[in-house]
Order: sequence, then C-alpha cells, then structure tokens
Amino acid sequence: MTTVPAEGSGPSASGELRGNPLTVARVLLSVYYAYMMEYRAELVLWVLSGTFPLIFMGLWAQAAQSGQFSLAPRELIQYFLAVFIVRQFTVVWVIWEFERELVEGKLSPYLLQPLDPVWRHFFSHLAERFARMPFALILVVAFLGLYPKAAWLPSGGNLVLAVLAIALTFCLRFVIQYTFAMVAFWTERANALEQFWFLFYMFLSGMAAPLSLFPEPVRAVVLWTPFPYLIYFPASLLVNRADHVFQGFVAIGAWSLVFLLLNRWLWRRGLTQYSGMGA
Amino acid sequence: MIRYLRVLALFWGSAVAAELEYRINFVIATLTSLGGLCGSIFGLFLFYRTGYQFQGWTWLDALLVLGIFTLLQGFSATILIPNLNKIVTQVQQGTLDFVLLKPISSQFWLSVRELSPWGVPDLAFGLIMIVYTGQRLGLGWQAYCLGFLPMIAGALSLYSLWFMLGATSIWFVKVYNVTEVLRGLLEAGRFPIAAYPVAYRIFFTFVIPVAFLTTVPAQAMLNTGGPGWWLASLLLAVILLGLANRFWRFALSFYTSASS
Repeated sequence: MTTVPAEGSGPSASGELRGNPLTVARVLLSVYYAYMMEYRAELVLWVLSGTFPLIFMGLWAQAAQSGQFSLAPRELIQYFLAVFIVRQFTVVWVIWEFERELVEGKLSPYLLQPLDPVWRHFFSHLAERFARMPFALILVVAFLGLYPKAAWLPSGGNLVLAVLAIALTFCLRFVIQYTFAMVAFWTERANALEQFWFLFYMFLSGMAAPLSLFPEPVRAVVLWTPFPYLIYFPASLLVNRADHVFQGFVAIGAWSLVFLLLNRWLWRRGLTQYSGMGA
Repeated sequence: MIRYLRVLALFWGSAVAAELEYRINFVIATLTSLGGLCGSIFGLFLFYRTGYQFQGWTWLDALLVLGIFTLLQGFSATILIPNLNKIVTQVQQGTLDFVLLKPISSQFWLSVRELSPWGVPDLAFGLIMIVYTGQRLGLGWQAYCLGFLPMIAGALSLYSLWFMLGATSIWFVKVYNVTEVLRGLLEAGRFPIAAYPVAYRIFFTFVIPVAFLTTVPAQAMLNTGGPGWWLASLLLAVILLGLANRFWRFALSFYTSASS
C-alpha cells in the first residue's frame, strides 16, 4: 500500500512533462474554463460573496464625512472599490480542494501522472479568474453608474504596475495557501489553519481600512508581514496612491520565495507520509 | 414533539462524537475565535481612536453590538454552516432521497442533523463580551430580559434566510458558496446600523435584515430603540420562519433525484 510515495516523488521534478509545457497549460486552462462556465450561478455567488470591502466602504465613507480622518470620503470609496477588484482576482480556495482530494484518496491517481498536481489547481484558479471577470466588471460598472462621482482612472504606468502586482499577489496568496494545504498530510483538516490566518488577512491586509489610517506603530509592524502586500499594495497602486513601489515588489518576491521553499519541502515530507484512501 | 427532541439528542450526540475525533482543531478554533475577536475590536478601534463616534453609539455600545455579533457567529458556526454544507452535498449526490423517506420533517432533519462544537468558543466569547459591556454600562437584569427575545428572533431570522438560501441548491446544485454569501452579509452586523450611510441602512434593514440581527437586540438592551423595533423583530422572525417552510416545500416539488 505504500508504493505511491516512491512514484509520487517523480512529478515534483517537473522536467518530466510529456508534452510541451505551453500546450499543457493551454489544455488545462481551456478545460477548467469550460468547467467553470458550467457553474455560472455559483460564480455569481462567489462574486457577491466578496462584499466585505463594500461594507467597510460604507462605514468609512460615512466616518470620513466627520473630517476626523486624514482621507476624504471620495478617496476612501475609490480605495475600497480597488480593494474589491483586487479581492476578486486574488481569491484562492486550493486548501479545501486539496484537503478533499487527500482525505478521499483522489490524490493517488494524480500522483501517477507525469504532472505535478499543483498545476491542476493553479490552472483551475486561473481559468476561474477569466470566467469571473465579466461578472466582476458588471458589478464595478454598475457601482460607478450609481455613484459616478467616485469614478477615476489609474495612470498608465500605475495601471501596468497594478496589473502586475495583482498577478504576483495572486501567486503569493496561492503559494501561501497551498503551503497550508500541505499540513493536510498530517492533520486531515488543514483548513482550520487557513481560517486562522484569514483573520489576520482580513484586518491587517487593508481590507478593513487602508494602512494609512492605522496607528503608526501597528503599521510599522504590519509592513514586515506578508499581509499588506496581498491587498493594500496593489489596491493603492490602482488608486494612484502608492508609495515605496519598489520595496513592495521586493516584499512580494521575498515572501513568495519563502513560502515556495517551505511548500516544496513540506510536499516532499508529506508524500512519504501520505496514506490516503486507496494509496 | 418528544420524539423530535429524542431524535435531536441522538443527532447531536453522534455529531459531537464525530467532531471530537479532531480535537486539535478545537484548540485552533478557540485561537481563531480569540483572534477574530481581537481583529474585530481592532477594526472598531480604528474608527473610535480619533474621537469619531458612530452616531449615537459610544465605544461601549458598539462593543455590545460586537458581542451580539460574536454570539450569532457562534450560532451559525455551530448549527447553520455545517448543516447548510450538508444540504448541498445531499442534493449533489442524490442522498436527499433517504432524508425524504424518513418519517420525520425533512426541514427538521436538514436543519439540525449536524452540530459542530467549533462554534462554542465564539458563543462563549460573545457571552463574555455582552456581560462585560453590560457590567460597564451598568445594565440591570431587565435589560437582559428585554434583549433576550430580539436576540432569539434574530437567530431565527438568520436561520430562515440561511435555510432558504440552502434550498436554492435544489435548482443550482453546487452552491457551496452560499455559506460565503451568508457570512459576507452577516459581516455588516459587526457594527451598529447607524454607522452606515443612508442607502446602506435601508438595504440592511429592508432588503437583508442585518439590522434586526445585532443592532435591534443591542438597542433593546440599551433601551434606546423603542417598542416598534422590538415588535418588528419578533414579527420578522415569525414571517421568515413561515416563509422558509413554504419555500422548502416549493423547492422540493422541483427535486428530481440525482439517481432517477
């Protein structure tokens, strides 16, 4: 029953791809795109579940009218709309899928294929981004239609940087969650870890308030964690209010590297531990 | 009635026994709940630290709302969310057939079959917070009595909304994320409804009655809301409960089992 780990350690050396990596990527992307389109009703719900920033938008717009905060209501509305957009493109759920595959033993057949199972998850997330985009755009346009005063355009350079930052943050968020997912090899319910982490993410990433409204000491500490780079950094690029752009990208890169190394290490350790159903 | 209570005891006994296999998770759940509370207080503090106040709500009043919110969160983590996830799986796999065949109300079975002890820390912290702020505000036992019924009504309204969302899985099948939508909407209840702009207030009172889940019970305890809101929250719970039951019957008439 323990033959799988030996074979399973093969795919991690991803050089064994049978096809051209680009072909594999294209096929996976189109397969998962078709799959996602099948569940459009669900996708709409996913988009709607990202209302958290909109709730805080209302609170802060109302609060800023008192003039007791350093940002104007309009700036805050733009910021939270940007947060909403960033959230839409960086939502990750790989830990639940991975955990289920592991507990139900579905991971075993994937391990036999000459493709690291991570790519399936990665491309299903990526495909979902494309399937989700129209719904998210409709929501943003509808919002600006209802409240045209908030409309703004990111400058060309910032837009490019913001798109790049969103792409990189998605990768960072994916790697972090996939690293937590590895813990499933040992505990079977790794998502408790993700939920714990999510709390910090919710309040420290800038989803609840822009970092510039944090008390100074808290902000100084938070900037050393990965959280602000997951939401605050790309969002502030989108609204043309970013500072320390270079440091931001360095931080994303550094944290990605840390979690990537940890992830590969846990993956190798985990496979030797793996004893899922049918393995 | 007695039969239902006995079945309930069996359900929850077996559910808790199953969940207790993952005891480490309970520790994590407690930490998560504590972390969530700290996060919420931090979020609230960001508003109050410059001297700004939600209209008519002092810092302690706002903390009371947060306590009620935490309590409700515990309620939904204990009962609502685990059962909702179950409905979706059952429709998807066709095992809903077996539930429908049982000589017991299917709504009852689907609503209370599961019980997750992971929500218990939230329930405890919520209660602690309510009692703590109550003490600081000098609330007497009358305040707790006044707040009790709207709180129950809020929980029942929440349950009804949740059950109707779950029932839509008969049509849309894979609606796991209704949990997320529900959670997203509930988040607005962290803060008193007066903190929102007018459009939000209307939405959260009349479209999705978040105001009745946390703000109205808090107002009842603080004795600031007036009897109108108090009665409205009870009425809403009754109407929504009836609606949920009707909606479930309606949805079931569209159910075509996955296997037949």
